[in-house]
Amino acid sequence: MPADPLAITLLALTWVGVTAYMLLAGADFGGGLWDLLAGGSRRGARQRALIEHSVGPVWEANHVWLIFVLVLVWTAFPPLFAAVSSTLYIPLTLVALGVIARGSAFAFRKAVTELWQRRLFGAAFAFSSVITPFFLGTVGGAIISGRVPPGIAAGDVLTSWCNPTSLLAGAFTVGACAYLAAVYLTADAQREGHPDLAEAFRRRGLVTGSIVGALALAGIFVVRADAPLLFGRLLGAALPVVLISILAGLASLALLVSRRFTLVRLTAGAAVAAVLWGWGLAQYPYVLLPSLTLAQASAPRATLLATAVSVAVGLVLLVPSLAWLLLLFQRPRVSAPR
Amino acid sequence: MGSLGLLTIISSPLAARSQMGFSLGWHIIVACLGVGMPAVVLFAEWRGQRSSDPSYQLLARRWARTLGVLFAVGAVSGTILSFEMGVLWSGLMDNYGAVFGLPFAIEGFAFFIEAIFLGIYLYGWDRLAPRTHLLSGVPIVVAGVASAFFVVTANAWMNNPQGFMVVGGRLVGVDPWAAMFNPASWPQTTHMILAALMVTGFLMASVYAVAILRGRRDRYHRLGLVVPLVVGVLATPVQIIVGDWAARYVAEHQPTKLAAMEGLFRSGPHTPLSLGGIYSGDELRGALHIPDGLSLLVHLDPNGYVAGLDRVPADLRPPVTIVHLAFDVMVLIGFALLALGLWLGYCWWRRRELPRSRWFLRAVAVSGVAAVTAMEAGWVTTEVGRQPWIVYQVLRVDDAVNPAPGLGWGLVAVLVVYAALTAATVFVLLRLARTPLPTAPQERDVAEFQVI
Repeated sequence: MPADPLAITLLALTWVGVTAYMLLAGADFGGGLWDLLAGGSRRGARQRALIEHSVGPVWEANHVWLIFVLVLVWTAFPPLFAAVSSTLYIPLTLVALGVIARGSAFAFRKAVTELWQRRLFGAAFAFSSVITPFFLGTVGGAIISGRVPPGIAAGDVLTSWCNPTSLLAGAFTVGACAYLAAVYLTADAQREGHPDLAEAFRRRGLVTGSIVGALALAGIFVVRADAPLLFGRLLGAALPVVLISILAGLASLALLVSRRFTLVRLTAGAAVAAVLWGWGLAQYPYVLLPSLTLAQASAPRATLLATAVSVAVGLVLLVPSLAWLLLLFQRPRVSAPR
Repeated sequence: MGSLGLLTIISSPLAARSQMGFSLGWHIIVACLGVGMPAVVLFAEWRGQRSSDPSYQLLARRWARTLGVLFAVGAVSGTILSFEMGVLWSGLMDNYGAVFGLPFAIEGFAFFIEAIFLGIYLYGWDRLAPRTHLLSGVPIVVAGVASAFFVVTANAWMNNPQGFMVVGGRLVGVDPWAAMFNPASWPQTTHMILAALMVTGFLMASVYAVAILRGRRDRYHRLGLVVPLVVGVLATPVQIIVGDWAARYVAEHQPTKLAAMEGLFRSGPHTPLSLGGIYSGDELRGALHIPDGLSLLVHLDPNGYVAGLDRVPADLRPPVTIVHLAFDVMVLIGFALLALGLWLGYCWWRRRELPRSRWFLRAVAVSGVAAVTAMEAGWVTTEVGRQPWIVYQVLRVDDAVNPAPGLGWGLVAVLVVYAALTAATVFVLLRLARTPLPTAPQERDVAEFQVI
């Protein structure tokens, strides 16, 4: 049974949501990691201020991509949502608690002034910024390695996400978040007139970029051993996208070396996005390897149509609003900050 | 015994229900402020721009700063609910996600608009022209109300499931629009949005009532009391009428829930209205009965027939005492808040000023907590009153819960994290409330107060 074109469209939109979440919210998580590693209160103060300045206006909007993905999946592909969330309830609950700790601690830190309070909330923000993407990555690894069978709680609640592919995917996700954040912060620091911070984040971008690249290469071997089904398919239709990812990753390193800070945002984002799309294409038309196809997981046509119409109307409102938000805070302030 | 009790809960569907109820009950307080507060902040900003009154301007800035914190907490405490839909209720989503998922998808966009414009509004305070800035707040108000509407239609569907048929165990004829616009949606969404306005109005006003009781009687604090209080006071009588509409809806469509709300066992004409009491052995003990009261309320006729709990088998009845008392608490607080509003209205009509009695301020000081209690009691009434169904007369809670082993430990994790979250939220809100304030704010004080 071939999949409904509407189902394909909605699945693609879901994956656009996953990509947007990774590229935007992922960088906010990465900001938390750099906050964690910024050093002592005095030495790290300027870095933390830059991170807060970059993350502050946008993180809530970026966070909504996660909600977008969840609601789209449970409406358009209910069996997929039920299977994933029931088997993987442990990492998903930890992700949800991590999201709570991170968002609220970030907001609280801005509202308090005393050092010990800022430290406490800062630590909660930074620590949860690392564990949240890690557990999200393990969820991805569980799906990649075919450990989530269709049905409610049909998989093993522990080994489904405690396995080589999941651990590697968790580490890769944290690394990619840190890498994206370093790359974005390099340009932010330069624009805000902090050349020394720009240099510091450029170095971190080079280091984490190399680590993430190495993890991706290691991933090829792990996936071959642990997730042979997906590995075979990666070399099929997904191969061009995998190659794009490698090329974009190498180009990003070169651009960082040559200090092209604006352009490297695009290539770094493309390298990470191509990993996600390579995975997606390799799985298609299976939403859960090896047995649940898109056609089997799709909601009835009336639901797909209603969802597609709603999403289309929603995007018309969303895209210009989001563009205004992201561009407004990419410009230096007109009035001098006090 | 205590640990055994905990273990028993953890290994039963009660753990999932407790986790959902607790995280939802927590989120909804912040969510109410997210729906109601933007309009109050915008009003203060607008008055501040029109009149150049520094008190209004400073109130707007300080409220906006608090709104920023509350919105962040609301956004993340709402996210876990999305996860819990699948983590806890996979049986519900697997079968019916396609039927009632649509309003969540639409609500997702409303949430997007809220988050985007809140970022622009808060961080753009000193970047945008005043008029542009004011306008950038309008989408937050609209999207906040829209979010509440859509998400409550999904809950209304659980009370009044429609837009599908089950034929031979398979869903056919799925119509998500019919599911969303079910008959329960209109009274329930209206009731909830008004509740959000009441919670916002009374809760914000109560902060300033405490400050005035402590001797800060200046214009800034009086405005901080009056502006939100008027919102709550105006919403209250409307809410009582809408509440009656919602109750009539329940009487017609969910007679078992109404019977539980009233602790009514025996069906028939001349049913009494009962206040208080404990339900046991098919009877409400120790209640105050008003003869024919319920028949009169539902049918405007003492002879009117009202269905009791005897109409359904014992295993299809909700726990009556909780539902009945929660309903009574909600109604009682609603009328107490109405009396508070009448007091204010009378003094304003006669003397153009607030009531002079300190008891008025004391009443306002507790009105916030009272409004929150009423709202929570309302949710307990509708949610516990639907038991044992998760989808009324279609799917039982026990059949919807995720059967994965160890699920109940999620409740423990959630309780631990929320204990810290609650402590931190209260601490930070108190800190924000105590930020030092000049006795008579000037233009300079306004400009110096940074929203972010």
